[in-house]
Amino acid sequence: MPRQRGGGQGGTARKWAGVQNRTLWFWIFVGPFLLGLGVFTYIPLGWSVYLSFFDAHNTVTPSDFVGLGNYTAMLKNEAFTDSLWTFLVFSLFIVPATYALSLALALMVNRQRRAQAFFRSVFFLPAACSYVVAALIWKMSIFNGVRFGLANTVLGWFGGDQIAWLSTTDPPWYWAVIVTVRLWLQAGFYMVLFLAGLQRISPTLYEAAAVDGARPGWQVFRHITFPQLRATSVAVVLLLVINAFQAFDEFYNLLSDARGYPPYARPPLVYLYYTALGQGQNLGLGSAGAVLLALIIAVVTVGQAKWFGLGRKEAQ
Amino acid sequence: MTISRRGLLGTGAALGLLTACGSNTGRDDGGSGGGPELSQWYHQYGEQGTEQAVKKYAAAYDKARVTVQWRPGNYDEQTAAALLTDSGPDVFEVNGPTLDQIQGKQTADLTGLFEGVKDDFNPAVLAPKTYDGRIWAIPQVIDMQMLYYRKSLLADAGVEPPETLDELVDAAKKLTSKKAKGLFLGNDGGAGVLGGTPLYAAGLELVTEDGKVGFDDPAAARALGKIHQLYADKSLLLGAPSDWSDPSAFVQGLTAMQWSGLWALPTVQKELGDDFGVLPFPKDGAGRPSVPVGAYGAAVSTRGEHQQAAKDYLRWLWIDRTEYQEDFALSYGFHIPARISLAKKAAKLRKGAAADAVRFTTDHGFAQPLRWTPASQTAYQDALSRIIKDGASPDSELKGVVRKVSAELDRVKKK
Repeated sequence: MPRQRGGGQGGTARKWAGVQNRTLWFWIFVGPFLLGLGVFTYIPLGWSVYLSFFDAHNTVTPSDFVGLGNYTAMLKNEAFTDSLWTFLVFSLFIVPATYALSLALALMVNRQRRAQAFFRSVFFLPAACSYVVAALIWKMSIFNGVRFGLANTVLGWFGGDQIAWLSTTDPPWYWAVIVTVRLWLQAGFYMVLFLAGLQRISPTLYEAAAVDGARPGWQVFRHITFPQLRATSVAVVLLLVINAFQAFDEFYNLLSDARGYPPYARPPLVYLYYTALGQGQNLGLGSAGAVLLALIIAVVTVGQAKWFGLGRKEAQ
Repeated sequence: MTISRRGLLGTGAALGLLTACGSNTGRDDGGSGGGPELSQWYHQYGEQGTEQAVKKYAAAYDKARVTVQWRPGNYDEQTAAALLTDSGPDVFEVNGPTLDQIQGKQTADLTGLFEGVKDDFNPAVLAPKTYDGRIWAIPQVIDMQMLYYRKSLLADAGVEPPETLDELVDAAKKLTSKKAKGLFLGNDGGAGVLGGTPLYAAGLELVTEDGKVGFDDPAAARALGKIHQLYADKSLLLGAPSDWSDPSAFVQGLTAMQWSGLWALPTVQKELGDDFGVLPFPKDGAGRPSVPVGAYGAAVSTRGEHQQAAKDYLRWLWIDRTEYQEDFALSYGFHIPARISLAKKAAKLRKGAAADAVRFTTDHGFAQPLRWTPASQTAYQDALSRIIKDGASPDSELKGVVRKVSAELDRVKKK
């Protein structure tokens, strides 16, 4: 005889707490996160869009409506447009460089018969390091501009002059510092993604290729491995581009000091930080910049996804 | 023993309550006085004992319970953001306040607290705290910047202490060798720390008395061009592990001259004995030597629930208790008391380099004007960086800055 549902106190409790009440459990588990998302993401986002239409110096409840004034001011502002160029240069370099390095590391580690776990851990370990800590080590120990900095010591062995790595704009040595710290920090993480992709490729494909006379090495990589990694590659490139847009920590910690930030290598987030959250406290202008930046990121991401065919059904 | 779900939940709830009772409310150890509870913020000083001292002062106040927060990190940004909320401090130390903070009614008018003692405050540092005839913060101590030089290194190179900007350029070049540079103006080549100093040295100013741009003049481009010359000659130390505010590069022999602050004097004295001297920033052309001075001030937030109690506390601490003011200025670091009467009687400031520093402050001191907004500062600093490092034309860079600063001056005038 089937158990009677409901009926009496115990039945009500079972009704509310029973595993079969999926709606209740859905809201118990998902509700707090939705609430957090609303309070900490969507309300501030909406408020920021609202602020962008006001003169909001040192206030988040402004009354002086300026329409699109903040947007035109931001677009005419050379410092903001320069920061977009900085981002472009940075991403044009860091995205392919990280992609190539992490793929190379994955191929190398995947081929290791012995101690694969050891090498995987060694290359992944920097991903656990904070960007701030890594930036400070790069700035103060490896790439400081005096004779006892690690990079300058090595240069000294070969008779080279000392280089003020972060203070010289011609040549712009600061890019070497910024790019190497990010490569060191993130290549291991993407290597793990590629390793997962590599391990999903069926060995029968390689066997069939060998039977057909494909030479191991470049030919196999080009015709089997690389095309099989397409889905992983799309995800990796998307993540790399988004991460590049979010660049802040290493730039800020490498180049800023108590008196501010130099005009070179200033990505958009650093510029907006100084405009809106620094002593400038121009929250209207900063919000307009944030909205513009969000639009640019959205356009680039959608464009890129279309280009890669993300979301399209795989060809049969 | 088995643990029932109910038992586990009960234990969890009890632990939660206990945790809540002992949770960190963000209030540090502070005063034990009665009355309202006030929170006071300070930026983290590098000097040993300062934190204990300010907590001791707060604890001695018996008309309110004052809790002190000692805040590391980007203090100016922290306070600027906190003033937008109700959870900010009641009283706080401020490197300002800025004109936007005053016009935005974020800080309280403290003019009434100065009754009978206004003339005893150094006018150079009181001016940037004054707007519309009202005073918006109480200057705590005066900090000034100056040029340290190593006497022995200059003597070895046959160089006299520089009195003009041209002499500084020459001296820095002669003092540069394979092992040490001639001059350290900060790791950015001076763009950040120098600010308006070269302009004042050329006889100009950032903003005139009547609220106009004070450096729309060929002398400005000429002076800034000479700072670029220092960079082009490779006479500047760049990329030192610590920046201009720390005298490490100077005492370690990485540079023969360094631009730093009065606060560095005890360290330099301890490391180098008498083998150093101090100078103001050398004059250029028809200008005058120049020395930037500044003062952190104590202000009251208008968002606080107990504004009057906060004002009473500030009057007690920074106006009535002169022994605390002297202790704060001279017992831990090295600063000039903001009160003229205290500065005059301070024994530590009467001889040697310290006495020179006090004299420079009196004779050549200038403070950044209140109308020099953060936006103006960023525009000028960016231009200065491009002039120094990229060799950009000072004339055209300054034209752009004049345009931006004029717009900013118009903006703040309209409010």
